[in-house]
Amino acid sequence: MNPTRGCGTTNRANGVKGRQTVIELENVAYSYGGGELLSDLSIKLAPGSFHFLTGPSGAGKSTFLKLCYAALLPTAGQVRLFGADARTMDRTAVALLRQRVGVVHQDCQFLDHLPLIENVALPLTVAGRNVAHEEANLKDLLQWVGLTNRASALPPELSGGERQRAALARAVIMAPDVVLADEPTGNIDWEMSQRLLQLLIELNRMGKTIMVATHDLSLIRAAKTQVQARVLRIKNRRLQLAGADL
Amino acid sequence: MTDLSGLIQSDAAADRVVPPAGFTVQLTLFSAGAMAFLAVFALALSLAAGRLAVHWGTELARSSTLRISAHAEQMDTQVAAALRVLETTPGVESARALDTTEQQALLEPWFGPGLPIDMLPVPRLIEILETGAGYDAPGLRLRLQGEVPGAVLDDHTRYRRPLVSAAAHLRVLGWLSILLISGTLAAMVTLAANAALAANSQVIGVLRLVGATDAYIARAFVRRFTLRAITGAAVGMMLGLAGIWLLPEGDTANDLLTGFALTGWHWGLPVLIPPLAGATAFLATRAAAARVLRGLA
Repeated sequence: MNPTRGCGTTNRANGVKGRQTVIELENVAYSYGGGELLSDLSIKLAPGSFHFLTGPSGAGKSTFLKLCYAALLPTAGQVRLFGADARTMDRTAVALLRQRVGVVHQDCQFLDHLPLIENVALPLTVAGRNVAHEEANLKDLLQWVGLTNRASALPPELSGGERQRAALARAVIMAPDVVLADEPTGNIDWEMSQRLLQLLIELNRMGKTIMVATHDLSLIRAAKTQVQARVLRIKNRRLQLAGADL
Repeated sequence: MTDLSGLIQSDAAADRVVPPAGFTVQLTLFSAGAMAFLAVFALALSLAAGRLAVHWGTELARSSTLRISAHAEQMDTQVAAALRVLETTPGVESARALDTTEQQALLEPWFGPGLPIDMLPVPRLIEILETGAGYDAPGLRLRLQGEVPGAVLDDHTRYRRPLVSAAAHLRVLGWLSILLISGTLAAMVTLAANAALAANSQVIGVLRLVGATDAYIARAFVRRFTLRAITGAAVGMMLGLAGIWLLPEGDTANDLLTGFALTGWHWGLPVLIPPLAGATAFLATRAAAARVLRGLA
């Protein structure tokens, strides 16, 4: 692993030194419904790094990702996003942060009444950018994810793989520094998973920081043959660096 | 100001982020239309009551009636004597005895047409018009007592005051109705906006995920509800104006029922109703959106 593209994990054992981090969690805990879901997490994500986050269902992978884009605030500890403390960010600052952090959800979260191309362009629309001026970029992006011929389809008309690729296109249209993907291959077949993985690897090669939450170990193994990826595991509410068992 | 400029500037892409369908569309349009329709009538009522109050307060205040009761053979003498007294009374601009036709017209509502008034012991009436300063009513009564014993001066005070008061109250009630109509419209739009925001919580979640600020989300809803309210109110106003226009014509200055109409530049006032409905919807939706978005955080 290239330490300049790596990250630090729990208990500061693998901390990144001398690099500006894009996302940093320090002694973070998150409690929900009276119980602690995550405990004492510390991690620094360096620019251009690639991470997998794994763990059993309900371990807190989605919660961890939500902490990384300020959809949730920690109940203890500190989350710093591009150097800013998430607790001190107002709602407008959080909205602006989302333009620097692209998120791909397992269920994609589209506006079903808008065609695919408008869904992909949604971050531009809400940022007040003239979508007509970005038409060439949009077409390039749809071509990149292989959805040019599905531009006018409504989300319910898309297959699982198409939806995931569209969600990825939407996540990167604002040229974010970080892409967070939550179980992006959960509803698609192996072949489509590999295609999505290639897109994520391409993004990483462009310098984007990638974090993929998945319980699909075969996907992680496939990725590790192509990219320097660090694998983290949530176990017993804590974050661990996964070992050779992967 | 930012909200208002965002409301006026059309943004087709932003307008499309909120799904167009839903019962709140019909609810807002119907509420705004119905309230505007009622507002036109409340406005007409208030204006008609105002006209009546002015008429009764000024025109009637400047006139009095002298009623002369006497035997038939003395009637003309008494009338002439009363007119002489009135001619020399300071503050009396003019005085004239009503002729038989005018007295018949006054009694027609009770006795029907063709009343043989000459054969009945009906008192003669003298209409008195005052100058702006008015006359000394107690002094005139004393003079009439001495010179025309059968004369009774009625300066209309007794019935003018309650009429003026009633007209003024009606005018206040008309404006109060407009306020209540505005409040009801605000409540209906708030309910519709709350329902729309709640029904679109998934849309709001997606918009937030892709970086929309709360101001952007609120503006999308506020713009939609404001435009709906203006459209509904415009239709309601047109129907209300048509209703007023179709009312039978009458004496707009004297009679509330037959004079329940708009006159002159008053026809232009209902045009203010749609923008006012829009402003009401704008404020109501903005408050509802701010509250709901805070709750969805």
